[in-house]
Amino acid sequence: MDLELTTDEKTVRDAFARFFADRCPVSVVRDAEPLGHAPALWARLRETGAPGMAVPDKHGGGGATALDLVLLMQEAGRVLAPLPLAEHLAATRTLARTPSGLAAPWFASLVDGDTVAAAAPRPARDGVARLVPGGAVADVVVALDDDQLVAVRSDAPMEAPPNHASAPLADRDLRTGERVVLADGAEAAALFARMVADWQLLTAAALGGLAARALEIGVEYTLERRQFDRPIAAFQAVQQGLADLVGPIDGVTFLTARAAWTQDEGDQAESERLASMAFLASAEVARDATYAALHYHGGYGVTLEYDIQLFFRRARGWPLVLGDPEDEYLRLADRLFGPVGAAGTEVAG
Amino acid sequence: MDFAPKPSVEEFRASIRRFIADHLTAEMVERAHRTGTFHDWDFHRTLAATGVIAEGMAGPGRATGRDPLELYVLFDELGLAGAPFYGLANAMLVAGIIEQIGSDFHIREVLPKFHSGEAIAALGYSEPGSGSDVAAAATRAERVPGHPGDEAVWLVNGQKMFTTLVHEAGYVILLTRTDPDLPKHRGLTMFLVPMDLPGIDFQAIETMGGDRTNITYFTDVHLPDRWRLGEVNGGWDVMKVALAYERGVFGNMNQGVTLLRRFAEWARTAERSDGTRLIDDPGVRRRLARIAVDNEITGLLALRPALLASQGRLPTTEGSVAKLFASEAYNRAAEACQEMAGTAGLLSPVRGDGGDWGFVDLAARDAPVTAIYGGTSEIQRNNIAEHRLGLPRAR
Ligand SMILES: Cc1cc2nc3c(=O)[nH]c(=O)nc-3n(C[C@H](O)[C@H](O)[C@H](O)COP(=O)(O)OP(=O)(O)OC[C@H]3O[C@@H](n4cnc5c(N)ncnc54)[C@H](O)[C@@H]3O)c2cc1C
Repeated sequence: MDLELTTDEKTVRDAFARFFADRCPVSVVRDAEPLGHAPALWARLRETGAPGMAVPDKHGGGGATALDLVLLMQEAGRVLAPLPLAEHLAATRTLARTPSGLAAPWFASLVDGDTVAAAAPRPARDGVARLVPGGAVADVVVALDDDQLVAVRSDAPMEAPPNHASAPLADRDLRTGERVVLADGAEAAALFARMVADWQLLTAAALGGLAARALEIGVEYTLERRQFDRPIAAFQAVQQGLADLVGPIDGVTFLTARAAWTQDEGDQAESERLASMAFLASAEVARDATYAALHYHGGYGVTLEYDIQLFFRRARGWPLVLGDPEDEYLRLADRLFGPVGAAGTEVAG
Repeated sequence: MDFAPKPSVEEFRASIRRFIADHLTAEMVERAHRTGTFHDWDFHRTLAATGVIAEGMAGPGRATGRDPLELYVLFDELGLAGAPFYGLANAMLVAGIIEQIGSDFHIREVLPKFHSGEAIAALGYSEPGSGSDVAAAATRAERVPGHPGDEAVWLVNGQKMFTTLVHEAGYVILLTRTDPDLPKHRGLTMFLVPMDLPGIDFQAIETMGGDRTNITYFTDVHLPDRWRLGEVNGGWDVMKVALAYERGVFGNMNQGVTLLRRFAEWARTAERSDGTRLIDDPGVRRRLARIAVDNEITGLLALRPALLASQGRLPTTEGSVAKLFASEAYNRAAEACQEMAGTAGLLSPVRGDGGDWGFVDLAARDAPVTAIYGGTSEIQRNNIAEHRLGLPRAR
């Protein structure tokens, strides 16, 4: 039992922290608006091998643990990296779980990062996956099309409808292009659930990093800004609001790590339950932390010149692509209490 | 990171569960709720006989003793089982202070009584005029002029509020003002006061959550100097040790887990007026899932101080972070459960019916105090703001 990173884990985290500090200053985030994609940053990231990390080494990937992926995503989230990273990692991890995914002609290119993939977290309707995160820039989309889990290669639109988070969202047609069926029926549903859980885990990590950084920005700003002859950080109302964020941020960091660790230990059902929890909690924490940090900037917080509004918008936009969180709470309830109408099962958690 | 439970700790957990199954009776739990006294002498002494108090807590300055994680698990399990454990927590806390700061006399005379379960302690910090500002204690201890060479004697006068369990305690640790001319934190001295000295009196205070606590009066109590804990005017140093223990390991932050378990179980049979089960209502399901998420986070945050102590490190603000989150989350959970139960959530426990009814009302009554005692939420936030976030002191 240890809630702190091992030396190896710290090395992984520090390496990505350095990478993003060097390569993704906030100017990169701003320049990538409104599409929300920075191809030059992706090219740099390819040099680190990160795009292939989620694929086992025996299939040519980096063979990273789920916990390593979480560490990567936390750092990406801290700097708001404008990349479809969670989507690409979840998609490639899923492809590597199926023979037809591994056999897809562009599999190696996805591992290399030359080709970009996006996991669609919501099932498609009538053959169209709507507002897929990363969908505007991905060459390959992995999605649930009725009772089939498919990977479809087609031209990335490279433009997104203007949106809250400046995220590369797009509708993707799953019935045109190069379509590979990864699984059918119950197997497809199970693989899809697993993919969604992976995406939730990675997005939770990104949101946790985002929230932690937003709190730092809030602290830095309130220590600097003076009103009534003192730093506004000296006012208790401000302090208490900032202090309230610490427990939830620490908490989601631990919960996300635990979900990853549980996946690495091979307990799939438990790790999916924890990933759902980590996702829901991280989304709320990121929302609250960015709201507070923005609020304590006063009027400057809402001006485009200040960075905190970039954090505020992504905190809401990244998780909302899964749909109303209340629906996810219902799915979580099914895991915890059994489906509606079920006789008594043990309360998990 | 590693979330695998430590085998030694899990073995200990299993032994505590067995102990609880063998020794905790429904009458004990019922009596605790009826009287508001969350201490049971039979249970306490049987538990003490296992050596768990005497073994104490290993950590900086103490090579042997129980792994702090095991003590965390002890209170976790006692809490989940609804066992009355306040006396145990106080006894272990004061035994820990005596080991670190006590004199040979305290170690010889008093410590064995705590270890064997013969005596428990009460904590005399709060006063009518000082709660959050605990260092403003005004209870006065003055040195009585005596013959040179004789043991010094202190004359104690004042009042302590919220001295929980003082009516069962053999000793009360007492924060007193020994020098009113020194700055607030410097003029304090801590004593270990035997409750059988003349001049000590107490009166019950009952709370809406069912806890009984007390006001304790000290009137011209003659207290020999051998009962002093730590240095004269060094009371704040003793307080720091006491608070570190209290916020670190000897807490139970599991109330939300117990509440969710009971509520979910009840909601499987409880029906709404249209005959559908509560557990099948989407609104109920969402709110219960939220409580489950909060519980998961509470569990991880609460573990951290114990884990740090177990690794031989000193927890600092981690206890505040956990306590703040746990108590606020428990309040959210209790409010949600009471509302979800509807009118049934208004019904109070009826004594002697097996104790299962009214648990929602009980939780709703009990939750607010968890954000007050042991340092209010505001005080925890002050602590986090100053010592974790590095914000200026604002008091
Ligand atoms: C059931 C129960 C059992 C207890 N058991 C014990 C015990 O065994 N031993 C013991 O010594 N004490 C005990 N206490 C006392 C408890 O520790 C105090 O009630 C608590 O510390 C708050 O002090 P107070 O009640 O004087 O409230 P106050 O300090 O008067 O606080 C009132 C309100 O003001 C806020 N406030 C105060 N100062 C600040 C500040 N600086 N910044 C912002 N807000 C502030 C508080 O947060 C609170 O909301 C117990 C209390 C209860 C209810």
